[in-house]
Amino acid sequence: MSDNAQVEHLVDKKYEAGFVTDIESDTLPPGLNEDVIRHISAIKGEPDWLLDWRLAAFAHWKTMSEPHWAHVKYTPTDYQAISYYSAPKKREDGPQSLDEVDPKLLETYKKLGIPLHEQEFLAGVAVDAVFDSVSVATTFKGKLKDAGVIFCPISEAVQEHPELVKKYLGTVVPTGDNFFAALNSAVFTDGSFVYIPKGVRCPMELSTYFRINASNTGQFERTLIIADEGAYVSYLEGCTAPQRDENQLHAAVVELIAHDDAQIKYSTVQNWYPGDENGVGGIYNFVTKRGDCRGARSKISWTQVETGSAITWKYPSCVLRGDDSVGEFYSVALTKMHQQADTGTKMVHLGKNTRSTIVSKGISAGFGQQSYRGLVHIGKDATGARNHTQCDSLLIGSTCGAHTFPYVEVKNPTATMEHEATTSRIGEDQLFYCKSRGIAEEDAVNLIVNGFCKDVFNELPMEFAVEANRLMEVSLEGAVG
Amino acid sequence: MLKIENLHASVDGKKILKGIDLTIKPGEVHAIMGPNGSGKSTLSNVIAGRDGYEVTAGSISFHGKDLLAMQPEERAWAGVFLAFQYPVEIPGVNNVYLLKAGVNARRRHLGLEELDAMEFMQLVREKARLVELDQAFLSRGVNEGFSGGEKKRNEIFQMAVLEPSLAILDETDSGLDIDALRVVAGGVNKLRSPERSIIMVTHYQRLLDYIEPDVVHVLADGKILKSGDRTLALELEKRGYDWVREEAAHA
Repeated sequence: MSDNAQVEHLVDKKYEAGFVTDIESDTLPPGLNEDVIRHISAIKGEPDWLLDWRLAAFAHWKTMSEPHWAHVKYTPTDYQAISYYSAPKKREDGPQSLDEVDPKLLETYKKLGIPLHEQEFLAGVAVDAVFDSVSVATTFKGKLKDAGVIFCPISEAVQEHPELVKKYLGTVVPTGDNFFAALNSAVFTDGSFVYIPKGVRCPMELSTYFRINASNTGQFERTLIIADEGAYVSYLEGCTAPQRDENQLHAAVVELIAHDDAQIKYSTVQNWYPGDENGVGGIYNFVTKRGDCRGARSKISWTQVETGSAITWKYPSCVLRGDDSVGEFYSVALTKMHQQADTGTKMVHLGKNTRSTIVSKGISAGFGQQSYRGLVHIGKDATGARNHTQCDSLLIGSTCGAHTFPYVEVKNPTATMEHEATTSRIGEDQLFYCKSRGIAEEDAVNLIVNGFCKDVFNELPMEFAVEANRLMEVSLEGAVG
Repeated sequence: MLKIENLHASVDGKKILKGIDLTIKPGEVHAIMGPNGSGKSTLSNVIAGRDGYEVTAGSISFHGKDLLAMQPEERAWAGVFLAFQYPVEIPGVNNVYLLKAGVNARRRHLGLEELDAMEFMQLVREKARLVELDQAFLSRGVNEGFSGGEKKRNEIFQMAVLEPSLAILDETDSGLDIDALRVVAGGVNKLRSPERSIIMVTHYQRLLDYIEPDVVHVLADGKILKSGDRTLALELEKRGYDWVREEAAHA
């Protein structure tokens, strides 16, 4: 077992025990019914329209069944066995200092180059102020406020900016879109809300990391980002460090809306617990992410580095409604041990001269199983639409698998489509070549994998790109041989 | 410097090398010639430490150390370099980056300070000039989209940067036109020194017109059947290999 897996294994074990034996008074008992939803809504002090919205989603969800078309295998989830609300953990429940944290976890943080105060945050240490402080947060909030940017927990936005939330929530991913989106709509507890006003270029990259109250957003996270006309924002989600979480099922929904000439760049690094070397445990990451290029000349760009979770089921998509709008999807996904991923994108071309680019890089090692699933749809009015798709798979060892399921629907004869796909194995030849130049095996594998991922890493914001490189290295430790 | 004694090696259970003895002194250039399937490439790969070659008997000592006990990267650190017959492409991995990783791994091993990016680029530019390699190659992916000749030139460039004490050129001349051959050979000649030994594995004596060997060996049926000086290569060119076999059979 690799160091990384060991670390995560230990983390998971510790948390399992704590969760089962220690149900706090402010945690709802397991089960899902209308009362539970009313209760969540009441705790959040939500307006009636939002409660009605949730209840409608729940009514819809009850008529749906869990989808099983993805190329993944798992034991079915018992939705009545999940607790749908848990108050944020009290600080004193966590370790009191880094001395109490598993040294192996710290070693991983160190390898990833994570600063000390962030290590404390990630390991759940009871510290008073996570980011060295209130002052950083204040400066940060001040700058955004000056620019007119709204960036806050979505529960706060419901209170402070109800008109915006009401106008946009569920307009990209409708409540009944799919089984998990419906569930999320019914029971989501928190997430991020971002609004960039007309003509504003957000003065900094927004990160969940800097969002106050970021911890414990729970398993049903809801994110809504709106870029008004001519606005620009770059949003970073997640982080490279292995994150603790006691919830097995994650069913997040992310909605992006770009008006005329607006641009949204959304980058994700996902490294949830992947399960142990026997494929036991790990997060089920069933996420619905969709961006709506609502305005002309708008652009939405998804970049993701997915290395965690036992099962990933995720298709960040773009609806290219506005004429001349642009959608992009850049993805690196790594499956090792018994991880399974069915991931890709949908590019739905509705407007004229819309363009989309898909670059997907899948890496499988151990018993990892990975599928690329992508849909390119060219609507009948999408004259002059163009798509370029490139999906490459890299296999390490002989017990893993890579699969490609590209779907294409073209209803307008002027469309231009390009599709390239390759599957290769890290060859003995490449490894020996590197070794004969003095590079040890593990470094050689990292070198080859990072070369393979380069096109995608180049799309990440600078500091994320460096971290992503290190993340691949740490994740691949022990994956070879 | 290199001493091979009674080396036997098999691939997939098939005996390829059947008792090789070879001694190379510092600064010497040895040419190993022989027909297809004689074991030339096997010998190169066994020295460099490639997987899949099973040494069933014999020994290789390099600077007094047991080479066969070392990993391929350890052999590289000790000063062994193999110029590949078919260099592989490694897409997305910058040529210079690969070399820097190799050079610095060796320096770490030797207890030397690693070269920083500036120092390394300086070294690389100087070596690229030496082997007449266009600077544009430096930042390209390793062998990615290189022509056959460019790949071979890149191998010699890597040799120049890594500064081995033993370089094995495995059919470096194959697939080269006469101009490319001249450039590659010119690079090798500039890298000759009293401390650096070279093993040239080749089918043809043509290469030896450009890089003059001290010793020529004939390898056939897994054994060195005959050794001689430069004139042996010329004789082989004229008469083929069969007479050497016959001579050996009657000896």
